[in-house]
Amino acid sequence: MQYASPLIAVLLTAVFGLLLCVAAGRNPWAALYTFTISPVSTLYGVSELLIKAAPLILIAVGLAIGFQANVWNIGAEGQLTIGAIFSGGLALHVASDGVLLLPAMIIAGAVGGMVWAALPALLRTRFNANEILVSLMLNYVAQLWLSYLIYGPWRDPQGFNFPQSKPLVADALYPILVPGTRLNAGVLIVLVAVIVGWFVLKRTFVGFQLRVTGLAEPAARYAGFSTTRAIWIGMLAGGAAAGLAGVGEVAGPLGQLFPTASPGYGYAAIIVAFLGRLSPIGILFSGLFMSLLYLSGEAAQIELNLPSATTGLFQGALLFMLLAADLLVNYTIVVAPARRLQEKIS
Amino acid sequence: MMPSDIKLATSPSAVRLALRGITKSYPSVVANDGIDLTVEAGRIHAVLGENGAGKSTLMKIIFGVVQPDVGTIHWEGAPVEISTPGQAKRLGIGMVFQHFSLFETLTAVENVALGIPGRSDLAALSSQIVALSDRYGLPVDPGRAVHSMSVGERQRVEIIRALLQNPRLLIMDEPTSVLAPQAVQKLFGTLRQLAAEGCSILYISHKLDEIRELCDVATILRGGKVTGICDPRQETASNLARMMIGREIPACRHAPASTIDDPGRLTIANLSVKSDDPFGVDLHDISLIVHGGEIVGLAGISGNGQRELMAALSGETLADEPSSISLSRVPIGSLGPRQRRRLGLCFVPEERLGRGAVPSLSLDENSLLTANGTPMVQAGMMQPAKIRTFTERCIATFNVMCGGPDAAAKSLSGGNLQKLIMAREVLQQPKVLLVSQPTWGVDVGAAAFIRQSLVDLRNAGTAILVVSEELDELFEICDRIAVIAKGRVSPIRPVSATDIKDIGLAMTGLWSPADDTRTPAEKGARIAN
Amino acid sequence: MSGVLISIVIATLVAGTPLVYAALGELVTEKSGVLNLGVEGMMLTGAIVGFITATATQSIWLGVLAAMLAGALLATLFAVIAITLVANQVAAGLALAVFGTGLSSLLGKGYTGTSLVLPPSPVAATVSQVAWVGQYLTQLHPLVYLSWLLFAAISYFLYRTKAGLVLRAVGESPASAHAIGYPVVRIRYLATMFGGAMAGVAGAYLATIYTAIWTEGMTAGRGWIALALVVFATWRPARVLLGAYLFGGVTTAQLFGQVAGIPVPPEVMSSLPFLATIIVLVLITRNRTLVRMNAPPALGQPFHANG
Repeated sequence: MQYASPLIAVLLTAVFGLLLCVAAGRNPWAALYTFTISPVSTLYGVSELLIKAAPLILIAVGLAIGFQANVWNIGAEGQLTIGAIFSGGLALHVASDGVLLLPAMIIAGAVGGMVWAALPALLRTRFNANEILVSLMLNYVAQLWLSYLIYGPWRDPQGFNFPQSKPLVADALYPILVPGTRLNAGVLIVLVAVIVGWFVLKRTFVGFQLRVTGLAEPAARYAGFSTTRAIWIGMLAGGAAAGLAGVGEVAGPLGQLFPTASPGYGYAAIIVAFLGRLSPIGILFSGLFMSLLYLSGEAAQIELNLPSATTGLFQGALLFMLLAADLLVNYTIVVAPARRLQEKIS
Repeated sequence: MMPSDIKLATSPSAVRLALRGITKSYPSVVANDGIDLTVEAGRIHAVLGENGAGKSTLMKIIFGVVQPDVGTIHWEGAPVEISTPGQAKRLGIGMVFQHFSLFETLTAVENVALGIPGRSDLAALSSQIVALSDRYGLPVDPGRAVHSMSVGERQRVEIIRALLQNPRLLIMDEPTSVLAPQAVQKLFGTLRQLAAEGCSILYISHKLDEIRELCDVATILRGGKVTGICDPRQETASNLARMMIGREIPACRHAPASTIDDPGRLTIANLSVKSDDPFGVDLHDISLIVHGGEIVGLAGISGNGQRELMAALSGETLADEPSSISLSRVPIGSLGPRQRRRLGLCFVPEERLGRGAVPSLSLDENSLLTANGTPMVQAGMMQPAKIRTFTERCIATFNVMCGGPDAAAKSLSGGNLQKLIMAREVLQQPKVLLVSQPTWGVDVGAAAFIRQSLVDLRNAGTAILVVSEELDELFEICDRIAVIAKGRVSPIRPVSATDIKDIGLAMTGLWSPADDTRTPAEKGARIAN
Repeated sequence: MSGVLISIVIATLVAGTPLVYAALGELVTEKSGVLNLGVEGMMLTGAIVGFITATATQSIWLGVLAAMLAGALLATLFAVIAITLVANQVAAGLALAVFGTGLSSLLGKGYTGTSLVLPPSPVAATVSQVAWVGQYLTQLHPLVYLSWLLFAAISYFLYRTKAGLVLRAVGESPASAHAIGYPVVRIRYLATMFGGAMAGVAGAYLATIYTAIWTEGMTAGRGWIALALVVFATWRPARVLLGAYLFGGVTTAQLFGQVAGIPVPPEVMSSLPFLATIIVLVLITRNRTLVRMNAPPALGQPFHANG
């Protein structure tokens, strides 16, 4: 039942897309095929779907832990970028290589994301500063930092002056799982994250405390559940996940550092989290769907010459549809009768 | 235009408002079932009923907030449809809400201006307010921001706002729940003056003594229907009660506390707390002792520091001086709520939904809110089976009507939710139980059950501190009683040595040192470490 | 020397103007208790709509008007979700930001990198003849002057009129306002649409006057800065104006710094507005009492109309 509205939202967004195609004078059914079926009709296509879904799911699980506690980490994009900087920087500057390099990078990336998320957490708990605005501002700062590094000190001297770093050594890359594709071992981390996230939220007392903090703050205070702790856990979970996603990009499909570390995964993951109802299992599915949207966006760029940023249009529309469907479903079935009950009691 | 400029029809047979066959249903309940109500000009008409009887819904229909499914409304002989509060006001119906609809950050005159349609000249309005407040004995400072006003003054602003609309019918919804006894008398004087000028008054209340004193006709509601119309001055309180609840109110089996077990179980010594809420009340030098095996009552109108005191005692606010609060001689002032709970201090807060329980979580999960030591939680993991057993015990022992341990907290009625929260705290076998407004908004049956369970708990040796606005309730179950006013606590007295009049006086902040029966040890000795 | 000073002042005013519009608009929205995080999206859509309209009609004013409509329309979309359907305002605002950004990219597809070239205005030519101030006056587009008028109008509206009083009441306690009989939903819609229209103007100003070129994502975070501005102006119009020009100043410093050849990497200079936002936000909101006394108490909370 609680997945009814995400499904409705997906359907409505699909309709919205088809209408756009009609408005643009294209055959909607052909477009539907081009944008949804054909990208995943080959093994390579499926592997691409998984590669894009991995960071989305990973970040969304981390964010969901925070969102359930009413901690609004909007800075996942920046935390991902810092994770990429830390892990990529480590790989580029460490003299030796070997089997320990990749694990070190993973740790570095997670630490980087957590450090970047610690800033809004600190400013919120100590100075009451709104974490939405602080984490968002830090996105821009992180982006500028990476840009500076790539256009400056980290630019590949053999790169024909293109803005990119040296390619990373083989030991710094995730091993490929399926030959012929780009699907790498990084997806295993994602699976672990999903399981851990589900476990923490559903089975542990800490997860319960986070949920209560998000549902009814006065009740959390009455129960003695620390809001400060909830803020720290919420932000750091998201930061670590985003940082790991940053490593995943650098040690995965990118193989080196570019001026942007991701095509907006940090923002898209917010929508993935909502679409998956802030539950790690639901996020698995919504992450796959969002990944499909990205692939569609790329196909649209090639076929229709649309700017890639149009994907944002669909992502935003998707969230709108979800919120609308959510409320309509809940209203007719839950809220209205409950409110009438309230009226009667009071 | 001032109310005095209008001479209203005052012949007794002039009917101002007539409701016929008013019915309003909701999916799970019929709130109003074929209600007839006749309010005559210049009369003070009581609407009597316990919580859940349908009084609120009926008033909302009259004031245009809710529409009836069936039935007619006649205003001064003509049929009308009241679909918005604006329309009600235009007809001449004014309402003073139980939970005030005032805006804290605005001044009194701005609040009044909001109650009047069209442009407002604030200066002229201010003088009108002053004139009205002189005329009816309702002192109000127009330029003062509402957040700095006492509860009584806020109510006066509400009343003046309604009066400025020249109402011909004034609805007062539970007006005295926030007033000290002396202020209640002043209010009655104002209402009688209004009635004499021809304004009809609909007085909603469940306080039988007040209704018998003030009103000349009462309509009694029970379960959505009218169960009686009478002249309350001719009836006894128990007759009225019987019409209200259909049976006798169960009396509390209350033997006086025999042995004090563990003197000084909860000791509060010179507790001073600065409120971090700009609209809150600071606590000054509070000293109080509750022994094991007794119930101490703290009377007071809300807004005098009760919230701040309860928060300091429960641990939601930490005390500056750890030894200012101690449990069996262990200083707990710097411990948080979970640590205090582990030491045996439990708390039933005045807000149920949203604080005592999380509305959307199940009863099982709500148990976990405070009952989260072993065996319910082990090694950081929740133990579903043990939680379920605990919840079922709560439901059974306290007779909670609900859809089982999986039901959402918000699906319970007010009385049943309060019983569940009580059960949860009581079944943890606390050494000290703090209770705030235990039976507020709870139906009479559940209220009696709750009071009895407090007495039973006391007999088992728990130290209980009850904060309540209902003096009757406190006199029924407490062994000793004190008053909290303006952030200070009065000398504590045995219940047998005082009466409602004295307590009423103390609630205005007046008490003399000679009344103090505390021992020097109780009065403020610090607990030596 | 004074010539440089005047240039700095003018540059500051010019850079701050989009923030003035966007932040004042959001201020009115938030005063009614609605938190609309989608300012960035509304600004960008306003920017491209304004740019396209100005290019097609060769009139900036028509562009601004179209941008206002576009902003108001997007705000209405948000309002349906957040007010009528009582959804979580944070999520709805984020959705609007993402949606509006994507929409602007789609609409601006054919215009990337193109610039808007308009014939000089005859009014401007006349004004520039005015002795001694004329040449400076014309360096500021009329929209800058209008922004000051907007500030005055909003201040008057909020604190001197009954309608403004009602708006503030709605933002404090929609339940009480509803109980007295005010149309809370309608008032919030109007406040939200006004905020959207102003964000549209801000975007149009950026795209057609500030830099008369369209590039994707050209607001570069100004919408978010506008949101922060409202917070650390503690919801007072005068402080919003001050804060907007403060940021105008930081932006100007950044440009002057680059021009003057200060040996700081351009990316660091570009970070300054964002870092400054964080710092000022912290300085103001750490005073919880100040925030509590000034923030609309019902801000961001859903309101369920009865019945």
